[in-house]
Amino acid sequence: MALKKLAAIGAAAMLMCGTAAMPGFAKTFVYCSEASPEGFDPAPYTAGTTFDASAHPVFNRLVEFKPGTTEVEPGLAESWDVSEDGTVYTFHLRKGVKFQTIDGYTPTRTLDADDVVFSFVRQSDAANPWHGYLPGITYEYYDGMDLPKIVKSVEKVDDLTVKVTLNMANAPFLADLAMPFMSIVSKEYADTLQKEGRMADFNNIPVGTGPFKFVAYQKDAVIRYAKNPDYWGTAPKIDDLVFAITPDASVRLQKLKANECQLMPFPAPADLADIKADKNLKLDSQSGLNVAYLAYNTTVAPFDDVRVRKALNMAINKQAIIDAVFQGAGQVAKNPIPPTMWSYNDAVKDDAYDPAAAKKLLAEAGVKDLTMDIWAMPVQRPYMPNARRTAELMQADLAKVGVKANIVSYEWGEYLKKSTEKDRKGAVIMGWTGDNGDPDNFLAVLLSCQATGDGGSNRAQWCNKDFSDLITKARETSDEAERTKLYEQAQVVFKDQAPWDTIAHSTQYVPMRKDVTGFTMSPLGDFTFERVDITE
Amino acid sequence: MVRFLATKLLYLIPTFLGITLIAFGFVRVLPGDPVLLMAGERGITPERHAELAHQLGFDRPIWAQYFDFLTRLFHGDLGNSLVTKKPVLTEFFTLFPATLELALVAIILATVIGVPVGVLAAIKRGSWFDQMSMTTALVGFSMPIFWWGLLLIILFSSTLGWTPVSGRMGLLYFFKPVTGFMLIDSLLSGQKGAFASAVSHLILPSIVLATIPLAVIARQTRSAMLEVMGEDYVRTARAKGMPARRVVMVHALRNAMIPVITTIGLQIGVLMAGAILTETIFSWPGIGKWMVDAIGRRDYPVVQSGLLMIAVIVMAVNLLVDLTYGLINPRIRHK
Repeated sequence: MALKKLAAIGAAAMLMCGTAAMPGFAKTFVYCSEASPEGFDPAPYTAGTTFDASAHPVFNRLVEFKPGTTEVEPGLAESWDVSEDGTVYTFHLRKGVKFQTIDGYTPTRTLDADDVVFSFVRQSDAANPWHGYLPGITYEYYDGMDLPKIVKSVEKVDDLTVKVTLNMANAPFLADLAMPFMSIVSKEYADTLQKEGRMADFNNIPVGTGPFKFVAYQKDAVIRYAKNPDYWGTAPKIDDLVFAITPDASVRLQKLKANECQLMPFPAPADLADIKADKNLKLDSQSGLNVAYLAYNTTVAPFDDVRVRKALNMAINKQAIIDAVFQGAGQVAKNPIPPTMWSYNDAVKDDAYDPAAAKKLLAEAGVKDLTMDIWAMPVQRPYMPNARRTAELMQADLAKVGVKANIVSYEWGEYLKKSTEKDRKGAVIMGWTGDNGDPDNFLAVLLSCQATGDGGSNRAQWCNKDFSDLITKARETSDEAERTKLYEQAQVVFKDQAPWDTIAHSTQYVPMRKDVTGFTMSPLGDFTFERVDITE
Repeated sequence: MVRFLATKLLYLIPTFLGITLIAFGFVRVLPGDPVLLMAGERGITPERHAELAHQLGFDRPIWAQYFDFLTRLFHGDLGNSLVTKKPVLTEFFTLFPATLELALVAIILATVIGVPVGVLAAIKRGSWFDQMSMTTALVGFSMPIFWWGLLLIILFSSTLGWTPVSGRMGLLYFFKPVTGFMLIDSLLSGQKGAFASAVSHLILPSIVLATIPLAVIARQTRSAMLEVMGEDYVRTARAKGMPARRVVMVHALRNAMIPVITTIGLQIGVLMAGAILTETIFSWPGIGKWMVDAIGRRDYPVVQSGLLMIAVIVMAVNLLVDLTYGLINPRIRHK
């Protein structure tokens, strides 16, 4: 009897916390997000979690990534012209785009060129009153994508036309503009907040032009959004969007199973079989836009000898790493860019696993009884589930060719720093997830001469003139076919010189309820719910 | 009493200053650098690193930074989070009620069950109840919190569907926090079913958080009771024909409560540690999870000020425990 009563109370409680769509009620979609956003202004932050909660639901950009791809399509700019020399971009803005109306703020005008200019200037101009509106604020992406060097000026031509002049031709520039940090914010809203002396609210209560408007946020608990009735694009099919912040992957899965949320990111690899077996759930997967690699220090002997690097690459059984560490959720990498990226050169031949040939090549290079360090990072990343285990497998493989490998590790911050040191010893396990889908974002960031030296992201300290010339030329060329050719050649040079052992491209999974439709996985790892629906 | 309180408070001043030093030093002793963590895999040039460190004030001598921290502290300013850029004090008070509510419910649960179980086990020493309850307490004390929480979720939430998996409130209810205590706010909101939802969300996390303190309190009560039950005055009370219930409740229990109250007071620290894991499993928006995140990102202002606030709370609870002794045992009533 008591059990029955308890069950009845439980059932009632479940009903109260249940969120499934019911006829006649507003349709609510709950996303079990993995962490709290750092804030709601997309410009000063770098975490995907923050962009999922701010840039994607609330804001738009001049250009957008076409859903499920890294192709750029019109966003708030209906069209654009590029000058012959590739240094002047003229954007023609969409007419009549309304900013969201929220409690306490009603916009009086539609989107215009002032908003676009403001969205750039607040990040670039230290004299702008909004540049330092939060204590300790920095614009890591604007700086990281080199825009202070690339952009010369941003001018309003008329209400609906903006001209951006660059210091040099830069083909990835358009893709940069589709990134979350370049979300277009409202100057009128900023002015209102400034007048009212509450500038910090620009980061607490966002106002944009996106498909959902912000309703409320309780730190570490929940974020609520409502459908934006004034949205210029196709209206969302759901009325309310809720982020239930659930940091633990196993708990997220339990919530999904209990239908307390309808979609979750980052399942634990060990749970994948369970998810596949659950008849109420489905699992989308996609090859991630990432790479995991082992970077040799090409300036330190004996790794300055390409034969040694090649030999070590041949000694390591990468398929075994995919099977044991990635549990099959990945594929062996042969190029520094993933196969889903345009200009991927599939004709490149990987250094095949061949311990006997490796041994021979080491002998040829005059290397005997080599002892080296393998750096294993202390954290799990989307491109590397377990660096320690990977290093152990490499250690065992290298032992077979007579190389003694010691595994070293540091606290993550220290690891990031020490691994970039110019005279670093040994080889470093590291990886990268693409920001904007442009090959330049991998090849230049990770392998260019400019990125060598202390603090740079070229952890192989590899500066190859042929490679550098090819990627510089590609950056300055606007024709994609031409760029593809150049990047394909660059990949050949890379493989030939082997500054890294390319390890893997991981696969990403998104579990959701069976009745969820319209969700498209993004190669950039974004979670957007503009087209999502729950079938009844 | 006033003099006792004044002396105690006076002692607290050097303790407080010592804690500021430990809190400030702790996060800086940890390897790692918030600027490097912000840059991630992208790397950061030494020039840009210096620029950011300067902007955040990390390039100043360490003593100057500490002095700055103290000066701000005495002006009631705990600084801003490096990650969210929001005032630490605002974040603390947004999250603290959630931790306090959970900890209070857990400690009440642990006391209300733990004390009677301990008393009963002592009275019926050697019985099957004594043996079973103390074995269960030992298991409870050694329970890995994370695993225990997940086990309860899988059983009661996913399989039986009796309780919600995580969070503090059903998502259909939406009201602005007034006190930050969900049990109170849900009643104030006037929304039908909100209170029941708040209660249902509290069940599993409070059971998980109460598990270790409950085990400790039950065992402590049992051993304190056993000790007191062997005292001369208890034997005398029995000899003069006093009813057994009165002997236990008035003479034995009251005297046994001193170590038990000390134990309950000490459990506050255990609760704070347990809250970190419990809050992570149940997505409970409290200060435990907040601190762990801050340590991971080397968010210096949050870690140092958060630690300080927690230490002040533990100090206050210990002071309260000291004062309670007098209420229980007149012999140590403070003059």
